[in-house]
Amino acid sequence: MKPAAFRYHRARDADGAVRLLAELGEEAKALAGGQSLVAMMAYRLARPRHLVDIGGLRELDRLRTDADGALRVGALTTHHTVERAPDSLLGPGFAVVRETMRWIGHLPIRTRGTAGGSLAHADATAEWCLLAVALDAELHVLGPHGTRRIAAADFFLGPYTTALEPDELLVEIVFPHPAPYAAVTEFAERRGDFALASAAVVLDRDGGTVRGGRVALGGVGPVPLRAAAAERVLADGGTFAECARAAADALPEEGRGAAYRRQLIRTLVRRACEEADAR
Amino acid sequence: MTARTPEERHDGHRGRDGHGVPDGGHRPGGAGHPDSPPADGPGPLVGRSVPRKEDPRLLSGRGRFVDDLSEPGMLHAQFVRSTVAHGEVTVLDLDAVRRVPGVVAAFDAADLGLGDITARLHRPPEEFAETAMPVLARRRVRYVGEPLAIVVARDPYAAEDGLEAARVVYEEREPVVDEAAALADGAPLVHAAAARNTLVDVAPFATEGIDDVFAAAHRVVRVEARTGRQNALPLETRGALARWDDRAEQLVLRTCTQVPHQVRTVAAGCLGLDERAVRVVVPDMGGGFGLKCVVGREEIATAAAALRLRRPVKWIEDRKDALTASFLAREQHYDVRAAFAADGRILGLDADIVCDMGAYSCYPFTAGIEPLMAAAELPGVYRVPAYRVRGRAVTTNKAPSAPYRGVSRPQYVMVMERLFERAARELDMDAVELRRRNLITDFPYTGVNNITYDPGSYRESLDLCERTLREEGWYARRDAAAAEGRRLGIGYACFNERTGYGSAAFAQRRMDMVPGYDLAEVRMDPGGAVSVTSGTMSHGQSHETTLAQIAADTLGVALAKVKLHQGDTDRVPYGWGTFASRSVTIGGSAVRLAAERLGEKLRRLAAARWDIPWEETELHRGTVRRRDDPGTAVAYPELAALAHFRAHLLPKGLEPGLTATASFDVFHDGTFSNATHGVVAELDAETGGITLLRYVCVEDCGVAINPQVVEGQCRGGIAQGIAGALFEQITYDERGEPSATGFLDYKVPTAQEIPDITLFHLETPCASNATGAKGVGEGGTIGAPAAVLNAVNDALRATGTELDTLPITPEAVHRALHGA
Repeated sequence: MKPAAFRYHRARDADGAVRLLAELGEEAKALAGGQSLVAMMAYRLARPRHLVDIGGLRELDRLRTDADGALRVGALTTHHTVERAPDSLLGPGFAVVRETMRWIGHLPIRTRGTAGGSLAHADATAEWCLLAVALDAELHVLGPHGTRRIAAADFFLGPYTTALEPDELLVEIVFPHPAPYAAVTEFAERRGDFALASAAVVLDRDGGTVRGGRVALGGVGPVPLRAAAAERVLADGGTFAECARAAADALPEEGRGAAYRRQLIRTLVRRACEEADAR
Repeated sequence: MTARTPEERHDGHRGRDGHGVPDGGHRPGGAGHPDSPPADGPGPLVGRSVPRKEDPRLLSGRGRFVDDLSEPGMLHAQFVRSTVAHGEVTVLDLDAVRRVPGVVAAFDAADLGLGDITARLHRPPEEFAETAMPVLARRRVRYVGEPLAIVVARDPYAAEDGLEAARVVYEEREPVVDEAAALADGAPLVHAAAARNTLVDVAPFATEGIDDVFAAAHRVVRVEARTGRQNALPLETRGALARWDDRAEQLVLRTCTQVPHQVRTVAAGCLGLDERAVRVVVPDMGGGFGLKCVVGREEIATAAAALRLRRPVKWIEDRKDALTASFLAREQHYDVRAAFAADGRILGLDADIVCDMGAYSCYPFTAGIEPLMAAAELPGVYRVPAYRVRGRAVTTNKAPSAPYRGVSRPQYVMVMERLFERAARELDMDAVELRRRNLITDFPYTGVNNITYDPGSYRESLDLCERTLREEGWYARRDAAAAEGRRLGIGYACFNERTGYGSAAFAQRRMDMVPGYDLAEVRMDPGGAVSVTSGTMSHGQSHETTLAQIAADTLGVALAKVKLHQGDTDRVPYGWGTFASRSVTIGGSAVRLAAERLGEKLRRLAAARWDIPWEETELHRGTVRRRDDPGTAVAYPELAALAHFRAHLLPKGLEPGLTATASFDVFHDGTFSNATHGVVAELDAETGGITLLRYVCVEDCGVAINPQVVEGQCRGGIAQGIAGALFEQITYDERGEPSATGFLDYKVPTAQEIPDITLFHLETPCASNATGAKGVGEGGTIGAPAAVLNAVNDALRATGTELDTLPITPEAVHRALHGA
């Protein structure tokens, strides 16, 4: 469990990091908090020949709400920073983001791991990935030719695979719309584990009435998935239980643990709906 | 017998779970000191929670573990390991390895020419198949992770680069991946010498007429149970640092082992050296739990590489190898029937036990370690009049099994406790009451398994445990929850545990090497300070404190005047190390006896000065004084100076120096600790999630030398037991590939999964050793799986489904709840 040889580079700023990535090509990896990459390197499952350490780029460690109400999370913001963010930084519209942090690993992991690192790593059960899909986030990516914006729906291509080019760096995550009636819940055998299954629900509420909503599921496919059938139930005025059943029924019936996973999703979606509605 | 919570016993260490002291009406035990003064004051130390002497070093980062040691010119080793579970190695080419930058050498079995590690039982061939474990595999590989070659490099990174350059070609054989496959007709053989893949097959008990007992019984209940393969998981993985010392003409092997002298025997044997020419030294250890009480192949190979290269070589096992390629344990299958009378008396027990011991017999215990334990001790705390058992060890293409804290007892206790729960349902009786009717209450009791049990508090511990949960309102809460559709369950486990296996008990297993006794040496220096050596080997059990407490009390000196030394085969005359909860019962008794002998020598020195018989003197607070005139005394330093500096003044017949040695052994069936564990569990009906709400443990380990240490052993043990009940398991796929290579997959519970634990200590002193103490290292682990499983099954009661397999997964609970 010692990594293969690599060359270490330290970026001075985001542009410099991108220049390095472009220069070093496909054999380079950006190192943020290192909570996934370093472990994979120790197992030699990842063996980049170059590491570009972006950990010192303070410009990417920031958290703020725009005048237009969007939440902007710098890529190097740690889970712990978000978890501890005061209301002045992270208003009630994004309480769900703060509260989701408690599901991520354990405290030591949260103090090192970053939002951008988690999204770029793209584990199918990762909480940031689920949030991005559920809240329709926009991922701001810096490349040699400037910035481009990728919708979360287009960002995740498969397990550990994203739309990022080798010479691109995820710099900011923008959650465009406040989601005051939203919740994330998950199930794992131990606290801090990757979830067996997870669910995010964002309700569109008009006064006390639910007009519709978004439902995203983790751990049921190669990437976090929107549950279209479940969302239709919400739009059609169905109950939370019906919504949850629709989410579960759309999942495959075959395969190891499939029946149990469907039951979990049914439970988690209903609980997330209820929690979101109770805010 | 007396009962207290640990909080009351501790000096200044009140726990947060203070609960009422039961009025047992018992008098304090003989050897304890319940009314001891504070820890820093004078007076007896045994029975007091004196602070651990180890802690200043360990808690401030000044502990020295194997990986903290280094030598000038030291090289680093790692192992080329088999990637197939079963096969013949047709090509093992290390040339490219040797060309990797930084690699200094690479050796395979042929290069090193080492002897095999062979553990033996003296049993007929139909009961035991002898198999050898080569230090490095030759042609045949038998599990994924089996070491094939050692690569030595200038740093650990280059060593791993070297591993990648090895070219190994296998001719694969069909792997034997579970017990059923191993025993199937025509199964491929893991070892040619083990027909039907069976290493051990014994049937030690078969009461005459037992079939008639079952035929005539009011009820017969059956439990078929399986338990998962686990890793004992010391936080410190295995490791070794070996070098040849020219001046001492010795190989110095520093390694983390529970059994230094046994490692020396194997190292000397494999390397062709005299035992004198091998010195095994053990620095601080970060746990062992049994995994380190067997001799591993890697430390021997590391020593061989150091000898060959004449350079220091260090090997530190990484977590992946620790999980997949070290020693595992606990994978067992029970098929047990119990016959009951209408009034609830158990009439007979008929058991078939199969233990999957993996690819090799471990040294020195052999693959018999699990089945021999289970077959001998299954009846446990109950009066079982008729007993038949068959116990087998099968070999499969998995990493081999070694002892793990509790050895088989977590499994067979779970089976016994399941039988009682099931019988209670069928007889429509309360399960606690059913246990009461069957518990051994008159001691000594000689069981159907020919074991004589010394006094314990079986009934009292169960009563106190149940009363505690009842008074805390858990029974009412369980019923209220059921009314709301929630599922709470309460479960118990009653058990005893033989601790301090002496030579007699181990001889019954017919081991080639018979552990049991232990040695201690107590020495006083010319200034009056005391050094103690013990053949036991603390790897977290606080021996530096507890054995020093015993020596200090015996001699009447302050704790600070006593220093314990362990883990150096040049310094410790001999010993069997630490396992089977033996250290305080046996090693502690040896320390006590040696200290008494030294005390006698001091008394003889003083008596000669007064010209009185030595019997008319006594030890008192660092002096020898006259019994007839306690005001006349001579302090130890004066006597010590006499013994060392003024030998010409010594009375006739007394030799210079102040050293005494003693051994202690157990010539009967040993001493039995006991406990009852009570658990409250709640199930999430929708997810199958299991939450433990409450844990109460009532243990009796006789005299607690240091109650705080006892408490620590219990809490840690319970956590490990819960781990086996709910979380940890290494599975193998059909190719024999292990499932867990890290802590993502091997689910060790964290503090968040372990509930609050309340401990009560009952005290039935051991009458047959020098301290009154019984062992307590393993009990926590033994009781937890049964109690947790029973609690879960109690919560599932309304479903009519019962679970008998560990670990209990949320998916299994969900299936039980929803019948899917």
